[in-house]
Amino acid sequence: MDYFLYLTQMCGIFMILAMGLNLINGLCGQFSLGHAGFWAVGAYTGAAFSVFLDLPLPGFAVLLLACIVGFIASAIAGLIIGIPCLRLRGDYLAIATLGFGEIIRIVFMNMDSVGGPRGFTDIPKLANLFWVYLFVVLSIIFCINLIRGGYGRAIISIREDEIAAESMGIQTFKYKTLAFCIGAGMAGLAGVLFAHTTQFISPNNFTFMWSVIILLMIILGGLGSISGAIVGAVILTLLPEILRLLGPTISEWRMVIYSVLLIVLMLAKPTGIFGKQELSLPFFKKEKA
Amino acid sequence: MSEDTIFFLYDIATYLINGITQGSIYALIALGYTMVYGIIKLINFAHGEFYMIGAFIGFYLITTGMPFVPALLLAMVGSGLVAVIIERVVYRPIRSAGRISALITALGTSLFFQYSGQLILGADPKAFPQAIKVKTYQFGELYITNTQIIIFISTILLMIFLWWLVNKTKIGKAMRATSFDMKAAQLMGIDTNKIISFTFFVGAAFAGAAGVLVGLYYNTVEPMMGLIPGLKAFVAAVLGGIGIIPGAVIGGLVLGIAENLVVGLWVSTYRDAIAFGILILILLFKPAGILGKNKKEKV
Repeated sequence: MDYFLYLTQMCGIFMILAMGLNLINGLCGQFSLGHAGFWAVGAYTGAAFSVFLDLPLPGFAVLLLACIVGFIASAIAGLIIGIPCLRLRGDYLAIATLGFGEIIRIVFMNMDSVGGPRGFTDIPKLANLFWVYLFVVLSIIFCINLIRGGYGRAIISIREDEIAAESMGIQTFKYKTLAFCIGAGMAGLAGVLFAHTTQFISPNNFTFMWSVIILLMIILGGLGSISGAIVGAVILTLLPEILRLLGPTISEWRMVIYSVLLIVLMLAKPTGIFGKQELSLPFFKKEKA
Repeated sequence: MSEDTIFFLYDIATYLINGITQGSIYALIALGYTMVYGIIKLINFAHGEFYMIGAFIGFYLITTGMPFVPALLLAMVGSGLVAVIIERVVYRPIRSAGRISALITALGTSLFFQYSGQLILGADPKAFPQAIKVKTYQFGELYITNTQIIIFISTILLMIFLWWLVNKTKIGKAMRATSFDMKAAQLMGIDTNKIISFTFFVGAAFAGAAGVLVGLYYNTVEPMMGLIPGLKAFVAAVLGGIGIIPGAVIGGLVLGIAENLVVGLWVSTYRDAIAFGILILILLFKPAGILGKNKKEKV
């Protein structure tokens, strides 16, 4: 039972990560491959905050403060990386963010105060299902409101056509940096929750492969769709585990099956499950006057 | 010059030689990246796996007693054929679906080879047989092994061959035409599908050669060996200006030498960070790579 609880919690954490990347990649159209780096920044700052400061506060208050600290730290990292990198375009941006993601991981690997390659141990288990999904819901509300507002429109216009957006008077660089910072901050938030769920983090949790897997989540769900990001996160978190449950032979081959499914999906439906559509219940729709 | 300075210079020279060796390997892999990118604008993340496949074909052939040179050539043909099959089965149907889908498919293909390699070939590193007896030549305090010389010479030969292929043959002309403008090339009667297959073949064959040479140099092969060199070769290709063939060679050498100098003179744990750090610096000051030309954006 604990295992299922853990998986559900991981699903929530990946939902936040996927929504953050969806903001950068799906809505703003900036191809980032360094998301795991921001995840690591959040996880390490959050863990360091609750372990080293050891504030005399109840657990949930420490967690909340850690989340805020993690969010801010990652957003600042996003700003530092975003300002030089967002001048680049397309594949060059992808490779530069990939580089920064790896550099962040290697820096943590060389920081002895947080365990270096041995990893950061003894993080208190403060996050539970409630807090994780509270932040998931907050993120969803935030993203939906962002898209509907003027900022979101500006960000989406950059994805559609950067030059046209610029000639309409939108400060593209400002909005790109903004989207990048918020996306990075959300990854940091997910990192804090992750550190306080697993109680152990090591630089190997945050390799380039994870940036790719988060990217796969949003592409599987449909680039630019929030519901797509959520569904993609759930599917890709559970799929390897489900394959594991199906018996020893399938379990051995699960990563191979995973990759083949991915290729087949791309061949059959390259826009992802939702495309750019959102899943919305009539209940949530605003009544039109 | 004091004795210390002389030793320091010998040190630098040793790191330079190691750097050139490693840089030639990166350059060989980067050539495939850059050729494929130049022709269909696809970052072929599975390219590092062609290098792994080449290394394993070489490993099995040399273990069964084949001499080095034919094993190298067969490994090149083998990984080239795998690449042609992958291109035909996976990349060709996805080509019209947009670049992001193609990229994801490439990542999927890369995962597929890594994990099926682990299951079929075993996840443990295997000792590469010594096809050529290692000899060390000494010049003062400077040591060069014959494997380093072999790597360097084979790289140069392969690059001369590639230069000849692209610039002096009819199929090379067709490759250049296709990468310049695929539609126009098609209208001129060039079978672009065939040219793309051929580009994949040549690129993967070069990566396969790099795999065998690395096996000879480091004496181990394993299914995950393609991951990091693949990424670094991609960095090298971008560094030199992706899509530009001489750029890949320069990028590979710069990366190899810089990495080895940093590791030798400073700290070894930051090795991979340095590679990416150089990349970011170069991209910031010259966003299209060393040999790339900045294109004005048109609406």
